[in-house]
Amino acid sequence: MEIIAEYLKQERSQEWREELRKSMKSKDRTTKVRVHMPEEDPIKRAKSHIEVNRGLTMEIAVEEAQRCLDCPDPTCMQGCPVSINIPKFIKYVEKQDFAMAARTLKETNALPAVCGRVCPQEVQCEASCFYTLKLKKIPVAIGHLERFVADWERNSGNMYVPEVAPSNGIKVAIIGSGPSGLAVAGDLIKLGYSVTVFEALHEPGGVLKYGIPEFRLPNEIVDVEINNLKKMGVEFINNFIVGKTATIDDLKEEGFEAFFAGSGAGLPNFMNIPGENANGIMSSNEYLTRVNLMNAAHDDYDTPVFLGKKVAVIGGGNTAMDSVRTAKRLGADKAMIIYRRTLDEMPARAEEIKHAQEEGIEFLNLNSPIEYFADKNGRVNKMRLQKMELGEPDSSGRRRPVPIEGSEYELETDLVVVSVGVSPNPLIPASLPGLNVSRWGTIIVDDKEMQSSIPELFAGGDIVRGGATVILAMGDGRNAAAGIHRYLQNINKK
Amino acid sequence: MNRIVAVENLSESVVKLEIEAPRIAQKRKAGHFVIVKLGLKGERIPLTISSADTEKGTITLIIQKVGVTSHKIAVLNIGDEVTDVVGPLGLATHIEKIGTVLCAGGGVGTAPLLPIVEAMHKAGNRVITVLAARSKDLIILEKEMRAFSDEVIIMTDDGSLGKQGLVTHGMEEVILREKVDKAITIGPAIMMKFSSMLTKKYNIPTEASLNAIMVDGTGMCGACRVTVGGSTKFVCVDGPEFNAHEVNFDELLSRLGGFKDEEYKAYQTYLEGLKKETV
Ligand SMILES: Cc1cc2nc3c(=O)[nH]c(=O)nc-3n(C[C@H](O)[C@H](O)[C@H](O)COP(=O)(O)OP(=O)(O)OC[C@H]3O[C@@H](n4cnc5c(N)ncnc54)[C@H](O)[C@@H]3O)c2cc1C
Ligand SMILES: Cc1cc2nc3c(=O)[nH]c(=O)nc-3n(C[C@H](O)[C@H](O)[C@H](O)COP(=O)(O)OP(=O)(O)OC[C@H]3O[C@@H](n4cnc5c(N)ncnc54)[C@H](O)[C@@H]3O)c2cc1C
Ligand code: SF4
Ligand code: FES
Repeated sequence: MEIIAEYLKQERSQEWREELRKSMKSKDRTTKVRVHMPEEDPIKRAKSHIEVNRGLTMEIAVEEAQRCLDCPDPTCMQGCPVSINIPKFIKYVEKQDFAMAARTLKETNALPAVCGRVCPQEVQCEASCFYTLKLKKIPVAIGHLERFVADWERNSGNMYVPEVAPSNGIKVAIIGSGPSGLAVAGDLIKLGYSVTVFEALHEPGGVLKYGIPEFRLPNEIVDVEINNLKKMGVEFINNFIVGKTATIDDLKEEGFEAFFAGSGAGLPNFMNIPGENANGIMSSNEYLTRVNLMNAAHDDYDTPVFLGKKVAVIGGGNTAMDSVRTAKRLGADKAMIIYRRTLDEMPARAEEIKHAQEEGIEFLNLNSPIEYFADKNGRVNKMRLQKMELGEPDSSGRRRPVPIEGSEYELETDLVVVSVGVSPNPLIPASLPGLNVSRWGTIIVDDKEMQSSIPELFAGGDIVRGGATVILAMGDGRNAAAGIHRYLQNINKK
Repeated sequence: MNRIVAVENLSESVVKLEIEAPRIAQKRKAGHFVIVKLGLKGERIPLTISSADTEKGTITLIIQKVGVTSHKIAVLNIGDEVTDVVGPLGLATHIEKIGTVLCAGGGVGTAPLLPIVEAMHKAGNRVITVLAARSKDLIILEKEMRAFSDEVIIMTDDGSLGKQGLVTHGMEEVILREKVDKAITIGPAIMMKFSSMLTKKYNIPTEASLNAIMVDGTGMCGACRVTVGGSTKFVCVDGPEFNAHEVNFDELLSRLGGFKDEEYKAYQTYLEGLKKETV
């Protein structure tokens, strides 16, 4: 910790930072109003798949960067799971040296364009900004600035490709191409390893591609990052399921010396209530995969998707918000969130809830489905709901929803998307009998090096956490890369 | 990638393709399937691996044209590439020597039945195969089935080939005649439902290989879910074979029809497009 503090101090005392700090009075900084992210008009955007947030202009970004006080003890960094040097990158924005701002982000975050869009900043860096903690003011828009810098770099046509050490010939296999896998790949290729990413689907990117919709995270942005990794020498093999197409033992025989499992929490949960297998009821994974990965809503693509006029989405997380907003965009007259607690307990990012409200999404909070009914063709046409009230806090600290007796009622619906969580993908654990897994099927690792009970296997992201965030998955990836590096150095020394 | 090395037309609507897929060829067992996707805009569809040649590194698929995707795949030529092939998926068939195995296949189920007939035969079982269809032209893979069956019974609705009657008539004839230790049924859901009711009556353990609609084939979406023994299972990872006597066939039937209108329209548009091209 001390070394880091010393390093931060050193950087902060560089001449350009000192000058910049002096260039404006703190009071002038703190009286500025936080920027507003320019957004597409709600009525227009709810009919298309264009990105909702349009991004900051250079002028607004610099204005916002001026709000940052370049604190001696930048508490914001403690809120960031990968400890981005936040004041440094923001001050580069203020200085209008966007290329250096981008490099600063890339020191610790392999996917800033993604994180700037999807991180829940309001509970991370921005929650521990000096403005929030001490001034009781609205925090610096760290997420918007991160996105601005990453977009600037991408649009400059001159993306910084990190230097790669000469190849050491040691082969590492990465299972899954979600954010955790991409982070490991980026770090290990820099260290000179020969890195291959195996992906089960026909396209890399994990949830970033098949889950999070275009209007929030355009696929192109993920592709640019993946292409960058390819340029650095990472090999991507799609349509390859480790444990099926080849086992870890097979890959060992082919010379792979270490493995990273970033296979995600791919298994959708259902509620197991009567009628749930009717047509027109599906998991959010199915709905979003059909629309995002398979492009089902486009006529010239072959995959079909159920469309609905009265769409009910069960759940209150990001996945539920993405599904309900997708339904609206695909022509639903009524697009409803059915959530068993209240807005305050909703796990979705604050911005998604706000955007959903603006787009006319209806929120049926304190409601839970108990049964579905279908027409004579087997297609869902009605659901039975029960009203809830909040009781005592449960183990998650959130107040537990308690059903209200006799409150049942019926609601018409022609499409239901069940978005009540996912379970860890069982493919890897099932193919490795010696692996220690938890009661929930997550892979157990030591939390520093991310090493599993099988020494050459490391793991991170949702397969370890059982469902978390992009940035936590990436943070795991970076720790695992360090762990794999140490492990391989040790065994190759012997 | 996945180049096609051999094509054989088995009938008007059924094609056998041999595709390069060395890794899958190594790992596949009877009962496994692959998910295939053709072109950037194609959909992902499941197809059973009918056989494999580990030396050549190829797998063989038998495809019946029923809609847009199966049609597009069925008209490929030698040298063409199948964009995406992933597998082997699903649980392998439990193959053991048990005595007499009665295999019943109909329609789209005939192709997936072939590797099971072969494996059961090679395990030393007496294999009796019943193939059923509406009429003579729709009976497929008869020759291939004969190669691995002790007896093949053909049933057609109109009597144009073999005996006249439904698949269940053929099966019952065998059951009444000799001791059957196990039955396997693959075909349209309605056919599996009735074969399963029949074998239940005679207390014969029966497996049905369910042809649910799939997307990813890896357990990620739940499109393929069915109710077996009262609880929800995913066909792609828990199956595709299940104890037929516990399967809720009515639900499967309804779920298979989920996209019927869209599929029908898409296929008609596609066929019209083909016609225009050839004029
Ligand atoms: C709809 C949706 C919206 C979300 N929104 C947000 C958000 O706004 N902000 C946020 O921070 N988080 C969000 N999340 C959560 C976040 O996306 C995940 O926590 C994160 O993607 C997990 O990353 P991962 O690396 O563990 O794996 P994943 O992204 O889950 O990727 C795993 C990959 O591994 C592949 N795979 C699995 N098994 C194998 C195998 N055996 N062989 C080869 N490949 C395999 C899978 O096909 C998949 O591509 C969202 C999630 C969803 C579903
Ligand atoms: C595990 C598994 C293994 C299979 N193996 C084979 C195989 O070896 N050879 C083969 O020819 N087919 C096989 N099938 C069926 C094959 O996947 C479908 O025929 C195919 O998906 C149809 O796609 P399509 O776009 O051509 O037709 P669509 O346009 O999707 O459908 C056309 C018509 O076929 C019906 N249909 C759609 N999907 C299925 C299905 N899964 N089962 C039965 N009817 C369906 C529809 O209701 C519709 O009437 C298998 C299915 C599963 C689940
Ligand atoms: S805490 Fe806020 S004001 Fe201070 S350095 Fe971090 S972002 Fe800037
Ligand atoms: S096909 Fe998606 S879970 Fe089975």
